[in-house]
Amino acid sequence: MTQIFDEMTTEDGSLRDPYAEIGRWFGNEDVSRLRAKQREAEEVFRLTGITFNVYGKAEAEERLIPFDIVPRVISHREWQKLSRGIEQRVRAINAFLHDIYNRREIVKAGRLPEEMISQNEAFLPQMLGVTPPGHVYTHIVGIDLVRTGPDDFFVLEDNARTPSGVSYMLENRETMLKMFPELFTATRVQPVSDYPRNLRRSLAACAPAMTTDEPTVAVLTPGIYNSAYYEHAFLADQMGAELVEGHDLRVVDGRVAMRTTRGYKPIDVLYRRVDDEYLDPLNFNPNSALGVPGIMDVYRAGGITIANAPGTGIADDKAIYSYMPDIVEFYTGEKAILQNVPTWRCSDPESLKYVLDNLAELVVKEVHGSGGYGMLIGPTSSKRELATFRKKLQANPGNYIAQPTLALSTVPIFTNKGLAPRHVDLRPFVLVSPEGINITPGGLTRVALKKGSLVVNSSQGGGTKDTWVLED
Amino acid sequence: MLGKTAGGLFWMARYLERAENTTRLLETGQRIALTRSHASNDEWASIMQTAGVAAGFADKHGEVTKDATIDWMLRDIDNPSSVRAVMKQARDNARLVRTALTHEVWAAINAGWMRIDEALGRKVNERDLPAVLDMIRQSTALARGATHGTMLRNDIYDFLRLGTFIERADNTGRILDVKYYVLLPTSFSVGSSLDNVQWDTILRSVGAGGGYRMTHGQRTGPSEIAQFMILDQRMPRSLRFCCSKIASNLDFLEKDYGEEKPSGSLARTLHGRFKGLTIAEVFDHGLHEYIEDFLRDLGALSSRIEIDYRFYE
Repeated sequence: MTQIFDEMTTEDGSLRDPYAEIGRWFGNEDVSRLRAKQREAEEVFRLTGITFNVYGKAEAEERLIPFDIVPRVISHREWQKLSRGIEQRVRAINAFLHDIYNRREIVKAGRLPEEMISQNEAFLPQMLGVTPPGHVYTHIVGIDLVRTGPDDFFVLEDNARTPSGVSYMLENRETMLKMFPELFTATRVQPVSDYPRNLRRSLAACAPAMTTDEPTVAVLTPGIYNSAYYEHAFLADQMGAELVEGHDLRVVDGRVAMRTTRGYKPIDVLYRRVDDEYLDPLNFNPNSALGVPGIMDVYRAGGITIANAPGTGIADDKAIYSYMPDIVEFYTGEKAILQNVPTWRCSDPESLKYVLDNLAELVVKEVHGSGGYGMLIGPTSSKRELATFRKKLQANPGNYIAQPTLALSTVPIFTNKGLAPRHVDLRPFVLVSPEGINITPGGLTRVALKKGSLVVNSSQGGGTKDTWVLED
Repeated sequence: MLGKTAGGLFWMARYLERAENTTRLLETGQRIALTRSHASNDEWASIMQTAGVAAGFADKHGEVTKDATIDWMLRDIDNPSSVRAVMKQARDNARLVRTALTHEVWAAINAGWMRIDEALGRKVNERDLPAVLDMIRQSTALARGATHGTMLRNDIYDFLRLGTFIERADNTGRILDVKYYVLLPTSFSVGSSLDNVQWDTILRSVGAGGGYRMTHGQRTGPSEIAQFMILDQRMPRSLRFCCSKIASNLDFLEKDYGEEKPSGSLARTLHGRFKGLTIAEVFDHGLHEYIEDFLRDLGALSSRIEIDYRFYE
């Protein structure tokens, strides 16, 4: 593997500019005080109930996502470039979604094969000919970025369905402000706390045309045993919106309405944290108890805004991902600012051959997988694991894509032995409305706590850090 | 407010109140066992009957012993009314209605549940019992204090208060239902040592020994105790006091929502019956029948609240 880029320290051991203050602070700190602070932070998270549930464990055990106290710092200049690239990409994604559910110009132009759409599991025929208010499909996006060098950022995934993690971005900052106020006096960091207000405003701006009063916004959660329930409750609370479950809702007089203590009240904008498949038992999975029977019919008739729109999953599908540079260029007329990771689609026989021949050097992912489940990291896998995966790959090649193993950048974490570098990624959060695109400076930094590990997912032993974007 | 949220608030408050009441019953039982040499296991059986957990106990354990009773009521999750089980219920409901609670209330309940669940996760030694019971009551008191000090006085608060006072009235009623016979003026010569124990038990199980003495001095008799537990307007666990709170919280809701409901009228009737009622009349009617009628009406009122405010589909 190539040289790993550390975001704090150069090869000769000096601090990079954005970390000058952090380095000074850490040098002057007493390690035992920091250790106590680290424990204190975890206690705050525990008492506040900032937990996620682990599936497959007895009675959905609640766990903390480990929090590391060393912030990850991004300079103003770096962020400007990143946010331009993110904005460009998100515009392209929304134009792409509108196109494939309507005229399909991109197919006609020969830039994307028809079967990539029609044979894609995430494609929803029910969305054909539907145009959501303001042409917004992805009201909330979380773009996963990784860094490999001073100027090398890659998009790893475009989470265009129901990206999670924003509550950790907000709570991590609150925790740092409480524990280390002196750091924020010495360094000017761009605030993130406007996110819930911006989210509400952004959702309200996408209300159906028929809405006349202040729009009623609700958050739809699968319930208290869902892994991200804490976040659903947090966002509803911070936005002043109702937190509803499927059984609180029903279709009344052509509107989706929630059962209140005073009768049924119509909802204008539903920020749903339930997957497409479970949204409507009449139109999708008939066994779903999480959704609302008939909501798709109300949606198609313009009676409610669903955020994100159903069917956006096709834009973050890992097979479509490989076409993203083309997609960005097709809809914006510009070269993509953010790089894509080279991707082999295993459905293609030649690519499959290459992947099988080089399995030990590659990362292989399921096309529709998420959360770090079901993937193979060639360089860290045993011979036996490689052999098992090879069989799965040959049995169903269309289900996989492969990418080179990237040398993810590292940022130090605080350990018992002082600072130690660990691999990180970054998920900035993007809001889309007719009023424009809003990107919260920073985002969620996930960090692989195990030395050498490249897997940052919380379900696989990852932690999080506060992420700073410096003021100019 | 969502109907589900109203239901969650109501039940959260009921479970918190139940955890506290069960704890107080256990304290009472433990005290009698320690201070009265002739105390038998009958007292523990009667405590379980009061808490409505005797049948489940019989299925699992059979013979009533002190240790088994304490374990069953405190920490056995097979008993849906054990303190550990109801604290989990209270916390799950709090999580369900998280957006309706202040941070302080949520944190008090969440932290309380964590402390209690940890303490009750293993067997509680007799040596540690007083401290554990104290800790439980402090946890529920903290949740109540946070509610009182930080919550808006709106419909959210009304549903919490309704849950609290319905559970509390039910608890006081059940204590009287199980112990009514010791308050009948006939059976024993007044002031026998057995009576004193029983009367003491009743007052302690509602945490009202001190309040009683303030009101009635050293004069202890069945009629005074029944009067205190049923009709006293200042005693925060008397049936009358609870009913007055239930009625006024339903009044607030009706005014707030601008709509009268059957539950409001049921509550006003229930509360109205206390007006001018004397304890002699209660005894004339028959104490046991009176309590049974009361518990039935209270149950009907609780069900009516669930319907009127659309807790469920």
